[in-house]
Amino acid sequence: MKKRVVITGLGSVSPFGRGTEALVHGLADGRSSVRQAPDLGRIGGLRPRVAATVKGIDPKEIPRKYRRSMSAMSIFAFFAAQEALAQAGLCVGQWGGGRLGVALGSTVGSTQASEDFFKDFFTDHSLERMRSTLFFQIMNHSVAANVAQALEITGRLLAPASACSTGCQAIGYGFEMVSCGRQEMMLCGGADELHPLTVATFDILNAASSGFNDNPCKTPRPFDRDRDGMVCAEGAGVVLLESLDSALSRGAGIVAEIIGFATLSDTGNIAHPDPAVMERCMRLALEDAGLTPSQAHYVNAHATGTPQGDVAECAAIAQVFGGSIPVSSFKGHLGHAMAASGSLELIAALELARRNLLVPTLNLENIDPLCSAVCHPRALQISPISVLVKNSFALGGVNSTLVVRRYAND
Amino acid sequence: MTDQKIIELINSSLIEEFELETEKMTPEATIYEDLGLDSLDIVDMVVVLENAFRFKIREEDGIRDIRTLGDIHRFVIGKKQSLEKKGD
Repeated sequence: MKKRVVITGLGSVSPFGRGTEALVHGLADGRSSVRQAPDLGRIGGLRPRVAATVKGIDPKEIPRKYRRSMSAMSIFAFFAAQEALAQAGLCVGQWGGGRLGVALGSTVGSTQASEDFFKDFFTDHSLERMRSTLFFQIMNHSVAANVAQALEITGRLLAPASACSTGCQAIGYGFEMVSCGRQEMMLCGGADELHPLTVATFDILNAASSGFNDNPCKTPRPFDRDRDGMVCAEGAGVVLLESLDSALSRGAGIVAEIIGFATLSDTGNIAHPDPAVMERCMRLALEDAGLTPSQAHYVNAHATGTPQGDVAECAAIAQVFGGSIPVSSFKGHLGHAMAASGSLELIAALELARRNLLVPTLNLENIDPLCSAVCHPRALQISPISVLVKNSFALGGVNSTLVVRRYAND
Repeated sequence: MTDQKIIELINSSLIEEFELETEKMTPEATIYEDLGLDSLDIVDMVVVLENAFRFKIREEDGIRDIRTLGDIHRFVIGKKQSLEKKGD
């Protein structure tokens, strides 16, 4: 028999700063965290000069023994994990015996660490200057391994890597592990650090915003007529999942209950999403939750501000839910935090729902007629949201959807 | 370079790389227990010393006998002297 799975801790490091409170305030205040990023100019041919980066973090809070193998993404994830565990009322030592596992992913290992190594390596093709801890920053499971080491987490270790779907997928896979009783608790989410080559990846595909370089707060513009692409960001979003039995036995505060998850592969095109496959993903997640579309109250969209992606997602949402369900994207505020985006945005949506707040899409001034088939809230609303749907769609054709509801003792 | 200058350069390089406390940098300090370094740090220590003194010591047998900071001082001073002799 499947176990019920609840969220008992939230942790965030976002361009709004350290902590979920900073994230929620930034969103509720309708602020943009996107700034000019002149460092992007060092890449020849790169057009964007905007990004949303994390500031105000002191890595030295982490003991050197653990920090030496961490790049920025692991540092972000460590602080987010620490916050989630603290909210859940857990201290180091309370998750011994493999009770707690991790599912934390990133798009790739640290590009900055790779650049630093190869810059030196190509001077004389020698490895004699290579530090012993470099590999631990570059390996694909760097974030999961570093967080597990630093927090002495001895259960399962999973490092999903599905680009922009990573955070959402990690939570979904953690949900399934706890649900089927393989793990009592799972620390799940995604993390990423900004590197100019990440921005380049999207600029090469003509998917990055560069038309607002002098007015960074005006981009990205999900669903807006004048949107011109996504803006890269960084951060980490981590949730603590546990079985309802475990949470109740500990007397833990319950943030929300995960009731449905679906993930699938869109094989139509590695870069361009198919609305029909997005629709199928949302329908499967609702089916997993045992809900009909009319029982959902809000969709937190993936919507990055690209011309194609936003249109496809709107069409898919409208097919599933009809035209009256409120939809918004937080990428106008946060930019696109890559592997962290799904988990960070879910955390924000949950915390806002707990406060009965529905945050509209920032920079949505003139709705693109091709995105008009759903309801776009135009101002901050007081709105009870019991069931929310979170979408994440990635390059590579990876779709994922989570369905989460307010916990009810039923 | 005098022996004292060599010792100062070793200590400052290790303090910077491994965030060590200056007051712990006594010749009797053991690498593992007193300075808190581990096997990964030893790999990096060789890189740090090679970079600071512009020599190669990775394959030297003497490295395996190092137990204390004083052993590092003596090893590096000896290596510098043998290189200078070869250069004569």
